[in-house]
Amino acid sequence: MLLRLIFVVVSAFTLGFALLMVTARSLFHSALAMAASFLGVAALYILLEAEFLAGVQILIYVGAIAILIIFAIMLSRGTMRTAEPVVNKQWPFVAVVALSLFGLLAFLVSQVAWPARSAEPMGDPIAALGKAFVGPYVVPFEVASVLLVVAMIGAIIIAREKE
Amino acid sequence: MTTAETFLYLSPELTLLLVAALVFVLDLVWRRDPDRAHRWLPWVAMGGLAVALIITVALMARNPSAHIATMMVIDPMSLFFVAIAIVGAMLVILSALDYIPARTPYVSEFYALVVVAVLAIAIIVSANDLILIYLGMEFLSITSYILVGFLKRNRGSVEGALKYFLYGAAASAVMLYGMSFLYGATGATDLEAIARVFSGGLTGDLALMGFPAIALLMVGFGFKASLVPFHQWAPDAYEGAPTPVTAFLATASKAAGFAIIARVLLVGLPMFQEKEWVPILMGLSILTMTLGNLVAIQQRDMKRLLAYSSIAQAGYILIGLVAIGRDVAFGGLSGLLVYLFAYLFTNIGAFVVVIAVENATGATDLPAYAGLIRRSPLLASMLLLFLLSLAGIPPTGGFLGKFLVFGAAIRAHFLTLAIIAIINSVIAAFYYLNVVRYMFFVQPPDGGRKAIAVTPAIRVALWVCAAMTLLIGVCAQPFVTWAAHSASLLAAVW
Repeated sequence: MLLRLIFVVVSAFTLGFALLMVTARSLFHSALAMAASFLGVAALYILLEAEFLAGVQILIYVGAIAILIIFAIMLSRGTMRTAEPVVNKQWPFVAVVALSLFGLLAFLVSQVAWPARSAEPMGDPIAALGKAFVGPYVVPFEVASVLLVVAMIGAIIIAREKE
Repeated sequence: MTTAETFLYLSPELTLLLVAALVFVLDLVWRRDPDRAHRWLPWVAMGGLAVALIITVALMARNPSAHIATMMVIDPMSLFFVAIAIVGAMLVILSALDYIPARTPYVSEFYALVVVAVLAIAIIVSANDLILIYLGMEFLSITSYILVGFLKRNRGSVEGALKYFLYGAAASAVMLYGMSFLYGATGATDLEAIARVFSGGLTGDLALMGFPAIALLMVGFGFKASLVPFHQWAPDAYEGAPTPVTAFLATASKAAGFAIIARVLLVGLPMFQEKEWVPILMGLSILTMTLGNLVAIQQRDMKRLLAYSSIAQAGYILIGLVAIGRDVAFGGLSGLLVYLFAYLFTNIGAFVVVIAVENATGATDLPAYAGLIRRSPLLASMLLLFLLSLAGIPPTGGFLGKFLVFGAAIRAHFLTLAIIAIINSVIAAFYYLNVVRYMFFVQPPDGGRKAIAVTPAIRVALWVCAAMTLLIGVCAQPFVTWAAHSASLLAAVW
């Protein structure tokens, strides 16, 4: 019962800030709301007993990505005080589509009898994760490394001034 | 499998990785002598791609069905697509030799990134696990965003890259959601494991999940293959991107989208064929070819016209997957492979002509093609051949592809679909022939005295594309056998 209450509170926190993020007029406020929403997701991971994922979520999403976005906004001219409207004239149509998609997916998630299985709690999840990275997940692990290098090179090409 | 065998089967990917790294490193080594780097690095990349191609063809001869670390499957089908991507990249590099150095200082990075994009495609087409499929798709997407926005001083290039990026991010988020459905229902990310769980019989509740899960997956895959309604990025990205990149996106990258659709649906979700994915693919196919063709008619820019044409072509190609019936021995799938193979040379060839005209005149709009026959008989006759092949007129490869795919649809009793496709081909012939009209019958503004020079590299690329386009059409049997063989092992899994 208590767990359920915590879940409702955490979900409301996450979704509330997510909503604030997409409706805020100032880009800066959006970024702050996004960081808060990321924190809520980390709390959800803790509720699911995925502590490592929660730690990673805070370190990478809140710590690195959100901060980087906030820096980028503060360093760009003219984005701190934008008065751009957050909706355009297509919004009623989009709202109908989005709401019906939400209804459909919510119906689906609640109707399907998703097979639940009780997994054994892992002794040392971080050690198991490390082994998985060099075992069954070695190919994605390596591909991700190459992807990061390429993304960095691309970022340099896009950002660097070279005459 | 032993370690040595694993490395053997991964050798095309490893070669591509080494070649890309080599180009990046040599660029740094030769940084005091950029002329030398710009002259030699494209050939380093070409040589590396050629080595990778030879290895790929040699592996094909072994007829493998090898699982690598539970995540990848090296089989004739994946090798077929790896070969397509490598050949496409080689033609793209050939056609970019004059184009890229004239427009950006980042020349070596361009060739290295093209090789990296081929590596990403090689991973996608062999991926047998949702995690690796997602990662590979992101890999190819991110590399493609960089390549589209490569001319960063050019407004169109940056705009195209931004649109591509925003649509791509949204599409992969939706695709991930679909993947989470499959994982939630089966507890597995491996395609074969997913199929095993479902083959135990669909309980009523789980069957409900099939249609939405496949629809969500198709958002991500359809984005790569530029199927309507996930195509909105394509015209702007194709128009703004450096033209060699456009050629790559329209052929190799699109083929990767089809490869992944085929593998996920046939290996992972065969039990959802009749009620779920055949109707979804059929709807997408009809929408894609009809909208692509109707909008293409109104285009006045050659790159945009070819963009919409390639959207329409994706609709025809998709018929191959719709028409996979249980009884027609994969006629649809091997037709799809032949179509993609012929389309690779035809479409890259058309873009090479666009590149040559753009190099000479700086323009890509239709009036730039007025009287092309007088200014460059070679370019005009080549473009005529490629347009005829795109329109599906014999004896070209494009005809063979259409013939096999439409034939498979008729044999699998999708008559309506086949009729809609044939009507669409007629509409398409109209705008292809309109370009021909410009080239042959419209007076050029300057009277056509100024000849267009064609560099040797472009000439080679054109001749290769033209020879292959004709060869596939005239001497069809080996290609059909090869495609049927490549498709057959996937059938065996099935």
